[in-house]
Amino acid sequence: MHIPDGYLSPQTYIPLFGVYVSAAAVAVKKVRREVSARNIPYLGMAAAFSFIIMMFNLPIPGGTTGHAVGSAVIAIIFGPWAAMLAVSVALIIQALIFGDGGITAIGANCFNMAVFMPFTAFYIFKLFCKNTSGKPQISFAAFISGYLGLVLAAILTAVEFGIQPLIASTPDGKALYCPYDLSIAVPAMAIEHMLLFGIVEGIITAIIVNYFIKTEPTLIYAFRKRVKNE
Amino acid sequence: MLSEKGSRMNKIQKKILVILLFLCLITPIGILLPAYFNTGDAWGEWSAQTVNELIGYVPEGLAKYSEVWKAPLPDYNIKKTDRSIVHKSGYYIVSGIIGATITYIVMLLISKLIVRHGE
Repeated sequence: MHIPDGYLSPQTYIPLFGVYVSAAAVAVKKVRREVSARNIPYLGMAAAFSFIIMMFNLPIPGGTTGHAVGSAVIAIIFGPWAAMLAVSVALIIQALIFGDGGITAIGANCFNMAVFMPFTAFYIFKLFCKNTSGKPQISFAAFISGYLGLVLAAILTAVEFGIQPLIASTPDGKALYCPYDLSIAVPAMAIEHMLLFGIVEGIITAIIVNYFIKTEPTLIYAFRKRVKNE
Repeated sequence: MLSEKGSRMNKIQKKILVILLFLCLITPIGILLPAYFNTGDAWGEWSAQTVNELIGYVPEGLAKYSEVWKAPLPDYNIKKTDRSIVHKSGYYIVSGIIGATITYIVMLLISKLIVRHGE
């Protein structure tokens, strides 16, 4: 899901970069208010975890590869704003040092995996957790949050790929950037993430959320907020 | 001030660090499994050369932008010419440890600069 350089037109990556930077500025303010200093080591670990988990490329036999991102579980435990910063750091290091994801596409990649995904996953988790404290329901909510968070982020990425032929083509109909349109990009990205990568993200999310419920239940942001609102 | 705030780790945090290190050591799964099943690149992450093979030409903008940045360790590899899968796995682990450590430190520094209240 790391868009490389050259696949997005400037008309796409510049606005996305702007949106991302604005979101990150808000995240800095929110994290200042919401996160306590005792959790700082956790945020470092969350960022490192996201970096590492994205290295586990999984194959779809006869197809392509992909991976989980970790945004859903980080959003549930530390909140979507902290997740935004943690996953962004992982994505920016990946782009700068390892060429995984383009430099021009940093805003787009951060928007997809570090802004859209943690927020989507977080609210899906809250939705499915409503009025329940049962362990199976929470595990299910965590799974669905990771699964849908990743699948929807993949579809968003596919839309960014797929609109390129509409935005920028040569007069003789050749693509300037990503050559595949929405009718190819969206099904390709959606199906592979629904079949495998989303399931992996869901399982990871459920396992880690359960681990934190057992070991550090007061830490979990998604539950803390609920208590505060009641 | 920077070093005092939030640098003490509790037991769970230490345990998680060990788990993260373990995950780094098994990252080669991420290149061995795709190699075993002979799967290609992730969708939309092809090199300009592969795009040429797929559609018969390299889009102009893609050719222009695809070379804008030369990453020091492209593809989590250290020696591109080394084709041995065992060596590649080793480079992948080293890249994972380097990348995860830098990510950890950068996030820690950013958090320390941002977070004002605590304990």
